[in-house]
Amino acid sequence: MITRSLSSLAQALAAKEISSVELTQLYLDRIARLNPSVNAYITVDAEKSLAQAQAADALRAAGQAGPLTGIPLAQKDIFCAKGWLTTCGSKMLGNFVSPYDATVIERFNAAGSVILGKTNMDEFAMGSSNETSYFGSVKNPWDNARVPGGSSGGSAAAVAALLAPAATGTDTGGSIRQPAALCNLTGLKPTYGVVSRYGMIAFASSLDQGGPMARSAEDCALLLNTMAGFDERDSTSLDRPAEDYGRDLEKPLAGLKIGLPKEFFGEGCTPEVMALVEAAIAEYRKLGAETVEVSLPNMKLSVPAYYVIAPAEASSNLSRFDGVRYGYRAPEYADLSDMYSKSRAQGFGAEVKRRILIGTYVLSHGYYDAYYLQAQRIRRLIANDFVEAFKQCDVIMGPTSPSTAFKLGERAADPVQMYLSDIYTIAVNLAGLPGMSVPCGFAGGLPAGLQLIGDYFSEAKLLNVAHRYQQVTDWHLQHPAGLV
Amino acid sequence: MKQWEVVIGIETHVQLSTQSKIFSGSSTAFGAEPNVQANAVDIALPGVLPVLNKGAVDCAIRFGLAVEAEVAPKSVFARKNYFYPDLPKGYQISQYELPVVVGGKVNITLGQGDTATEKTINLTRAHLEEDAGKSLHEDFHGKTGIDLNRAGTPLLEIVTEPDMRSSAEAVAYAKALHALVRWIGICDGNMQEGSFRCDANVSVRPLGQKEFGTRREIKNLNSFRFMQQAIDYEVQWQIATIEDGGRIEQATVLFDPDTGETRAMRSKEDAHDYRYFPDPDLLPLIIDRDWVERTRSAMPELPAAKKQRFMADYNLSAYDATTLTSSLEIADYYEAAVAVAGNAAAKPCANWVMVDLAARLNKDGKELADSPVSAAQLGGLVARIADNTISNNIAKKVFEALWNGEGRSADEIIEKQGLKQITDTGAIEALIDGVLAANEAMVAEFRAGKEKAFNALVGQAMKATKGKANPQQVNELLRKKLG
Repeated sequence: MITRSLSSLAQALAAKEISSVELTQLYLDRIARLNPSVNAYITVDAEKSLAQAQAADALRAAGQAGPLTGIPLAQKDIFCAKGWLTTCGSKMLGNFVSPYDATVIERFNAAGSVILGKTNMDEFAMGSSNETSYFGSVKNPWDNARVPGGSSGGSAAAVAALLAPAATGTDTGGSIRQPAALCNLTGLKPTYGVVSRYGMIAFASSLDQGGPMARSAEDCALLLNTMAGFDERDSTSLDRPAEDYGRDLEKPLAGLKIGLPKEFFGEGCTPEVMALVEAAIAEYRKLGAETVEVSLPNMKLSVPAYYVIAPAEASSNLSRFDGVRYGYRAPEYADLSDMYSKSRAQGFGAEVKRRILIGTYVLSHGYYDAYYLQAQRIRRLIANDFVEAFKQCDVIMGPTSPSTAFKLGERAADPVQMYLSDIYTIAVNLAGLPGMSVPCGFAGGLPAGLQLIGDYFSEAKLLNVAHRYQQVTDWHLQHPAGLV
Repeated sequence: MKQWEVVIGIETHVQLSTQSKIFSGSSTAFGAEPNVQANAVDIALPGVLPVLNKGAVDCAIRFGLAVEAEVAPKSVFARKNYFYPDLPKGYQISQYELPVVVGGKVNITLGQGDTATEKTINLTRAHLEEDAGKSLHEDFHGKTGIDLNRAGTPLLEIVTEPDMRSSAEAVAYAKALHALVRWIGICDGNMQEGSFRCDANVSVRPLGQKEFGTRREIKNLNSFRFMQQAIDYEVQWQIATIEDGGRIEQATVLFDPDTGETRAMRSKEDAHDYRYFPDPDLLPLIIDRDWVERTRSAMPELPAAKKQRFMADYNLSAYDATTLTSSLEIADYYEAAVAVAGNAAAKPCANWVMVDLAARLNKDGKELADSPVSAAQLGGLVARIADNTISNNIAKKVFEALWNGEGRSADEIIEKQGLKQITDTGAIEALIDGVLAANEAMVAEFRAGKEKAFNALVGQAMKATKGKANPQQVNELLRKKLG
């Protein structure tokens, strides 16, 4: 049961092979047994989950079940969920019980799915290893000495360790795709504006985008159908007609033009990962696709531009965590200014502070033009690079992450090394494009991911391209030993 | 002694009369219990996002049109970052580099009557932003309470060029702006409740010097009287400081109405770096021609145009026309009265509105909107003076009767109380004959050269008709009889 796809779980529920309560209990039992070592979840609340499962079973009995009714899902702890502790991986929100539902949560609740728990993450989604979480690092189920990636590391580990059939993530610079690659999952970051950000705790507003993390493209399509859609509460949400993201899954790939940016295939990537990516591309050629070399000349500027824009927005977004109205407040302080500095000094971790400082600096009088405006110009150049590239191809491919999962602690002391974990994913956020990571094999027993990048609103095509590959490969069906 | 020139620029925060806040659906009504009008967005819970209230943009467009400014086709909301407990997000959403209204002007009148002069105050810009909440320092045993009801209330911040040269000009500008924003219906103008707050940037320089002096900003002036006092004090203080060999440091100051003094709140050294940047949660505000034209067509006639029209259509003096266009309510009231009284009675209508009605309202401490005498009723009254049905003196009685609700119209009261003027010459002659016969002594005094006796005889005649005889006719006929 625990290795089944979402649609097969739905069939099992429909056929009364299992009830939602039973299925939820099954996962809760696994979480109780395995989570202490994986640390994928920050919060589990069996009572709440089972109540939702019960309601889902009743909905099904009344003949009102949809494709996700009764299916338990892990929710990244960045999504506010009414009545749930919503920490965003931070001590700052260690006591914050959300009084409202994020739009994404509201949509899943309306679909009748069950919240299995809130997953661990880098503090305020700032990190690529899940090591910045106040609630402890997450172990990669493929090798518990290694990181699961980040920031959606808890979601990735939960699904990889079969502690949830699927999960949500958010991706600001690669936070869905990189952990998906490192944990052998399929993850999709949609076009900016497709999934509402309302209730998704902001890291960098112009880059943040929620999306699904699951075992297959097919599962991702199902999840995205529920997650996506216009939301008038998010001014950057796009008012577009609803679509079925799974509609093109089976389309043949003959004639598909795959763009291979030369910047993705030069230095920077480990040979083992590169070999797996090239093998995957060879598989696509067998499926009838053609490859063409394209160029993203400004790619090399994406990491520096990102590390100006994202911290700038974060420094402002995180100002609301001041100890005044909710969240952590220092127990002792002399005056207002002391309350602010102590609450924030004690409530935020080192990486968050580093980014607040960087962001404050680049927005300061006298530096704004040199850093922030310059970074915005680079951002436009990068977006234009993709526009040019998509004149020659339908989809761009390359590695998701330059390496497989690294060891816990290995890069924690070196922020620049850590930031380079995202060299292939960041440009996609800067351009606002959709991107996926798809399992493409193992090196030394550790999974690697193939990244697919599509033009704006080409989620259905990306899912199609991923799905056809998953029909001729079984990388995505592999599970860590000893967990099944 | 050196001659000094005063230079003043004014920033005004105008609270816009929208039902809900600028970026959330909470009510903007004043006076509710603390924090009951603060929703998830207003208290800045994690994850919430702002959504622009188009009603606030409508107000900004109206203002732009009213001051002949450019309504920017594209403006951008920016975050102004600073920490304060009544600023829940840690930043205020405002507009910085690209404001919604650019330029514009407000005309002010200085002095009255023949010596009145006009001056144009140029505007730099007007931008949309959200108000902060309030810190409550009382009743919390040494702690501070926060009320976020006001947080997110829409404001239009209107900034002038440094065009004013005296406190009188500054006050005239503030009054003209106050009247204008109420006229176009974007602000209730309630200064006690903080709906209209001014900051004055004041500097002095030797007369003839080109460069501006160093300015100090007087914050939060919420009455015209305080504005005048604060600027006057500040100007004296600056001149005295410089003349004593001191230098003016750029600073923000507060006016204390109790002492009549201004004192520095913070100096330039503690000035914030607000780290403005475009708010990534909001798209640029795009205002197309259509939106502007739709707004224009819904605009009331503006004061200047209405004043010109009143002078042309009703033959009013500039002074009368200015007074009658000092607010939209008074202008509408006046025009409704004239519509009943007829254009020929436009001038007496003006007098009745400006003098009699104004005095009566003042006596009862009432606003025009609460006047017991409607415009139609007043117009009906003036019509009866114009057609000689009643005299001006009787009209005052009828007005008082209308005020007290003794009848639905002037006609009804005139009829009911028998106040119709006697204009029949025969009737008046007969009346005079009776008066002369009954007052022989007075007649004799008059004939002996006592002019006062004549007035006494007129008085007797009027008394005999309870004032209803046409006084002019009584005069003429009496003189003829005694002639």
